Amino acid sequence: MITEPVISLVNAVLFILLAPLAGGLIAGIDRKVTARMQGRVGPPVLQPFYDVGKLFEKENMVVTVTQHFYVLSYLVFMIVAGALFFSGGDMLLVIFAFTLSHIFLVLGAYASYSPYSHIGAERELIQIIAYEPMIIFTAVGMYMVTQSFNVSAIVNSGIPIILYLPGVFIGYLIVLTIKLRKSPFDLSTSHHAHQEIVKGVTTDFSGSNLGKIEIAHWYEYVFLLGVVYLFFGFSPVIAVAAIIIAYFLEILIDNTISRVKWQLTLRSAWLIAGTLGIVNLGVLYYLKGVIMP
Amino acid sequence: MTYLKKSPWVIHYDASSCNGCDIEVLAALTPVYDVERFGIINTGNPKHADIFLVTGSVNEQNKEVVKNIYEQIPEPKVVVAIGICAASGGIFRECYNVLGGVDKVIPVDVFVTGCAARPESIIDGVVTALGILETKRLAMKEKGNETMDKSGSAV
Ligand code: SF4
Repeated sequence: MITEPVISLVNAVLFILLAPLAGGLIAGIDRKVTARMQGRVGPPVLQPFYDVGKLFEKENMVVTVTQHFYVLSYLVFMIVAGALFFSGGDMLLVIFAFTLSHIFLVLGAYASYSPYSHIGAERELIQIIAYEPMIIFTAVGMYMVTQSFNVSAIVNSGIPIILYLPGVFIGYLIVLTIKLRKSPFDLSTSHHAHQEIVKGVTTDFSGSNLGKIEIAHWYEYVFLLGVVYLFFGFSPVIAVAAIIIAYFLEILIDNTISRVKWQLTLRSAWLIAGTLGIVNLGVLYYLKGVIMP
Repeated sequence: MTYLKKSPWVIHYDASSCNGCDIEVLAALTPVYDVERFGIINTGNPKHADIFLVTGSVNEQNKEVVKNIYEQIPEPKVVVAIGICAASGGIFRECYNVLGGVDKVIPVDVFVTGCAARPESIIDGVVTALGILETKRLAMKEKGNETMDKSGSAV
């Protein structure tokens, strides 16, 4: 008989081992699809792995030694957040670790002396402020529907959460754009505009440190798409389809909408959280007896 | 295992080119040539770059800038001088403030000829540079092992 802690542990280990592979592949497919949308051939699907492999072959130029610590913490806490999530842990704890990891990235960028790096750090902070409310509402919404903050309980509840939380889901997709660093909200660092100020947060990282940031980003991809899965936890097939469609939409938005200023990013993210999120949760609260099972 | 050849990131600097060669460099990034097929990305940041593309001749004002960018690129790195101006100063060589080719201030690995250099020859130059980049990486690795051996024997 396999006990629950063992399953959790196995899931966590599987996440730690497989998530970078999955995340790297997603990043590669993303680049390929993006290139096709722009009428280009695009790099090989495995290109993100080549890039990171290359970064580890390069000299690691360090501006301040504390950078090592911050970058490593960013990666470690991202892994902790994802591992907690996939082992079925507490959603609030997951969000806490997730936010903490980004704070380390911000600190890493602030640790250097470059003004570009500082602007990137500031923008990263603004982004965190922008998406955080919606992420919390997502967790709260799931609690209201399933009466639990535990990811394992949410998945195993068998409730079609999406039917109760359509507003929260759309809100989550919108902050997902911020989190995946996609236009119109790719302010602190972007996948495209390499020559612009928006490369900000990564300006002073090179070699293996930059590689670690990339790997952390792969873990992040898998974790964020895992949250999309939760909304459709009742049926794995629909959930996977939803993830694919959601990601494709993100790429489409990325390639069709131009970048906005940070003010609009902050305002729109909060407006979405304040309307779609709160209204959805409010309705759920007042109609508890009527629509809830 | 070498990934360096599969993911060369370039940084492009316009020393004092007439802009002809720059347009051709950028043309290589457009859908027609799409160098991202080979994993080539035009980064704007020397700390992320492997290949330094310089167009135009070097003059008194920007020689410090060229040196600075070169020094900020992490090893292993290669320099590709694009166009006749970058090779010798070209039609600007007689100007009072022009020092001459890029090799006057930093070591150049590949010269791409032409005025303006064609995108095909620029891509060809970058591919040649990749071979040199690989040799440099191996040399760096050997050197790294050597210093390690030395410190090992010292202990
Ligand atoms: S080589 Fe010709 S095209 Fe290129 S920068 Fe010089 S003058 Fe301009």
